[in-house]
Amino acid sequence: MSLLAALSTEVPLLLAAATEEGGHAELGDGGGLAAAAWLIPLVPMVAAFVIALFGKHFPYRGWDIATAVMGFEAVYGTFLLIAHLARPIAYEGAIEIARIGSFPIEWGWVVDGLSIMMYFVVGVVGFFVFLYAKGYMEGDIRYTWFFASFTLFAGGMLVLVSAPNLIQLIVGWELVGVASWLLIGHYWEDHANSSAAIKAFLTNKVADVGLFIGAIILALSVGSFRFSDILHAVEEGVPALAQFAFWAGLAVFIGAMGKSGQFPLHVWLPDAMAGPTPVSALMHAATMVTAGIYLVARLFPLYLTEGFADEVRSVIIIIGALTLFLTGLIALVQDDIKRVLAYSTLSQLGYMMAALGAGAYTAALFHLFTHAFFKALLFLGAGSVIHAVHSNNMSDMGGLRKYMPWTFRTFVIGALALAGIAPLAGFFSKDEILASFRYAGSAESGFSAAQGGAGLANIVLVLGIAAAFVTAFYMARAVFLTFFGEYKGHGHPHESPAVMWIPLVGLAVGSAFAGFLNVPGVTEFFTELVGGRAVPVLDHHAESFDVVVVVLGLAAALLGIFFGYRIWYPDKATQAERDRFHVRGLYPLLENKYYIDDLYFDGIIRPIRGPVAAGVNWFNGHVIDFVVNGAGFLARGLGKLVYAFDQNAVDGAINASGAFTGGWGELLRKVQTGRVQQYATMIVAGTVLLVAGIVIAGII
Amino acid sequence: MLINGFLLLGAALFSLGVYGLLVRRNAVLILLSVELMVAAVNINFVALDRFLGDDLAGGQVFALFSIAVAAAEVGIGLAIILLVFRNRQSANVDELDLMRL
Amino acid sequence: MTVGDFFTTTENWVFLLIALPMLFAGYKVVTTNNVVHAVLALVGALAGSAALFVLLGAEFVAWTVVLISIGAVIVLFLFGIMITRAPIGLEVDLSHPRSARISAAVASGGLFVLLGSAMLAEFGDEVIPEAADATRTDALGLLLFQRYVVPFEVVSVVLLAALIGGIVIARRDPSPDEPAGTRL
Repeated sequence: MSLLAALSTEVPLLLAAATEEGGHAELGDGGGLAAAAWLIPLVPMVAAFVIALFGKHFPYRGWDIATAVMGFEAVYGTFLLIAHLARPIAYEGAIEIARIGSFPIEWGWVVDGLSIMMYFVVGVVGFFVFLYAKGYMEGDIRYTWFFASFTLFAGGMLVLVSAPNLIQLIVGWELVGVASWLLIGHYWEDHANSSAAIKAFLTNKVADVGLFIGAIILALSVGSFRFSDILHAVEEGVPALAQFAFWAGLAVFIGAMGKSGQFPLHVWLPDAMAGPTPVSALMHAATMVTAGIYLVARLFPLYLTEGFADEVRSVIIIIGALTLFLTGLIALVQDDIKRVLAYSTLSQLGYMMAALGAGAYTAALFHLFTHAFFKALLFLGAGSVIHAVHSNNMSDMGGLRKYMPWTFRTFVIGALALAGIAPLAGFFSKDEILASFRYAGSAESGFSAAQGGAGLANIVLVLGIAAAFVTAFYMARAVFLTFFGEYKGHGHPHESPAVMWIPLVGLAVGSAFAGFLNVPGVTEFFTELVGGRAVPVLDHHAESFDVVVVVLGLAAALLGIFFGYRIWYPDKATQAERDRFHVRGLYPLLENKYYIDDLYFDGIIRPIRGPVAAGVNWFNGHVIDFVVNGAGFLARGLGKLVYAFDQNAVDGAINASGAFTGGWGELLRKVQTGRVQQYATMIVAGTVLLVAGIVIAGII
Repeated sequence: MLINGFLLLGAALFSLGVYGLLVRRNAVLILLSVELMVAAVNINFVALDRFLGDDLAGGQVFALFSIAVAAAEVGIGLAIILLVFRNRQSANVDELDLMRL
Repeated sequence: MTVGDFFTTTENWVFLLIALPMLFAGYKVVTTNNVVHAVLALVGALAGSAALFVLLGAEFVAWTVVLISIGAVIVLFLFGIMITRAPIGLEVDLSHPRSARISAAVASGGLFVLLGSAMLAEFGDEVIPEAADATRTDALGLLLFQRYVVPFEVVSVVLLAALIGGIVIARRDPSPDEPAGTRL
């Protein structure tokens, strides 16, 4: 009730404040709305357990609670967003729950521009995905369990986002990891799916080691796990932190690489397509993969300030550029529609990472924001198609335009937004990223050689424009193969139920209009949103469009669509032309995903496994065999001795007792079932009787 | 706090673990019962440590060691179950009656 | 000390509040017909034991239980269930038939009576002395690395041996026809 009261009193007040002061006020504490924000992570966590335990007894078997919770998150996130735009909020609450030495372990919640943006994205996109999941998961054997782990997944992300310190962030980080493992392995009866789940979990674990090391270095050199303390230390230029900041920043970035699927730790993400489609949608849009971007953004002053981890940015921009270009190419050769989208997510994450590396905090987060809408839309659209044709392969689709009009319309909007066609959301955010590369490559940015350098930034700009071409190319391919031409599959495709296509429309609206939140020189809502933090982030902000970049980016996208149309539009190209596209030298390399999985298996797993196995084999062959042989030799000698005695003296006695033994044996044979547990029962009973006997005898 | 409350709780959980060890057919569940027994023993360790007021905290340290060893035991146990499962397509122990000749 | 005295202190109430759900959880671990429920019940029992450790003032052991037993071991169990495709959901014959259950109940019940009577006889109504403060984690850390450093190292070797042993036992020779991405 108190929350409702807070909402009903705070929001009008804040809105009134906004109109008075014209939206430019000092950082406020957000009042009761922010103070009650601990509900944001707590409600889904509690709901996940309620669904797991009692979900079956609810009218919609758990879906109703889960969706209500996400609706609550969406509404709360929207309220916070409005309140923040009215008067920027920077609030931090914390409760100490334990203390290790001088380090307090705290549970807290942070409400500032960056976290509010994430609450909003997770809440709104999550709400649509949960709504959609009702239709998609209908008839699933573990329906309730799915919604329990799905709610845990979103809740874990909110724990991560609301964390004011590294410990809580790691808790949320691992919750997301565990929940993703449960969800990717949802259909674990199929071995490939449980393998994919374990692969995702273990790849992330490898990267997590980096995060742990980074967190420990930061905490030890600052004396606190709190982000605010760490960032204040950066502001004040604490030398103890400056000394280790490079290594800490690098280690934290390795952690972020794992969750955000950066090259070469991206291998788990395409395999994670084994999960149900709503999981893929949420994982690629709002939760999980955005965690790494969020972490780097949260600690961004550390990476931005000269003398601290600023030199890590050269690593970040290189990794980001490699990811955005290489993974985009792989998407060209995939037949599984979900895999096309998965590789495209990797490519877009590469854009975001590279933008962070170039120092463009706002641009990276803006792309995260718009990407959440259109990627969720594309995945849900793909799920709708898969639902209709019962196959993931685009070679089984085709011509679906007439059967599934709503899916088709929304999917095209998502594809155009992803390709960066004006005026859809992807155009503005991608343009801002490309402009930031160009700015970093210019002289006035002060992007020094140690941080990456202007030359590198210009190379990344070229790669980024090339990747924009590739993006448009593979999205055109996906659209033409799926929705145009003749239907190639079996069965009768049909439009999905309303509960599935309505969320698509909602997300399509977001994909179409989210870009207008941050038009250079016109609107600055988003810049103010993510800039409203206790420790300000001083990144460059363009005042107007960079015309060169706009023209080049749009041209690349349109060219990509045109090429896609020429090659993949049915009846536009002969089979021979398509085959020629296939046999080009690059194709096998792309088809095998640059052989990275093979490299991991043959280069790391096998060499480690070989020596271990060989060592054990040697031990087995030499040491154990020696002992066994020696024992055998001794036993044989003894045996000969005994034999002589046996032959003469014992035989007689044996024969007499043989009959006796045989009789008992017949009787006892019935007890010897070969069941170990039956034996164990007897051992326990015997021991109890024996000890009880001794005790009683002692008392008497 | 009565020391016997903790000890009786430990004894009860241990006995429940023994019961589970004896009646479960699925090998994973048997390991689960063993884990319950270990937890019961740890309660005794810590309770008696506080009861005796040991300056060297022997009971707590022993509880830590037993947690570590239990973790190792679960790892090996599950590896063995995995191997058995691969060879026999079942994790039920009563299908493993090779001890009967 | 009478039964009435037991209920006069708050600590005893807290103890009962933790202990009774633990007993129920322990009972569920060994009787439920759903593998996942058994694992979740074990989580409950372990969480209860961690709460008792906090009550006793052994905070580091409590956190270790939470991190290692609840965190790592339970995930391992879920791996095990997933890999062996143990039946998730209701399964009627996870336990042996009734006759075996009765004899096992008698044996373990006898064990409980034996242990319980021995403890009652030995400790009677002695109470845990009020500690000045909880065992400090740094003190315990120093003990571990000074007084108990040898057993500590031995345990680490045991863990290493278990790690290698687990790999060697469970590893599978890769069959050449599997594609690279799916091998684990």
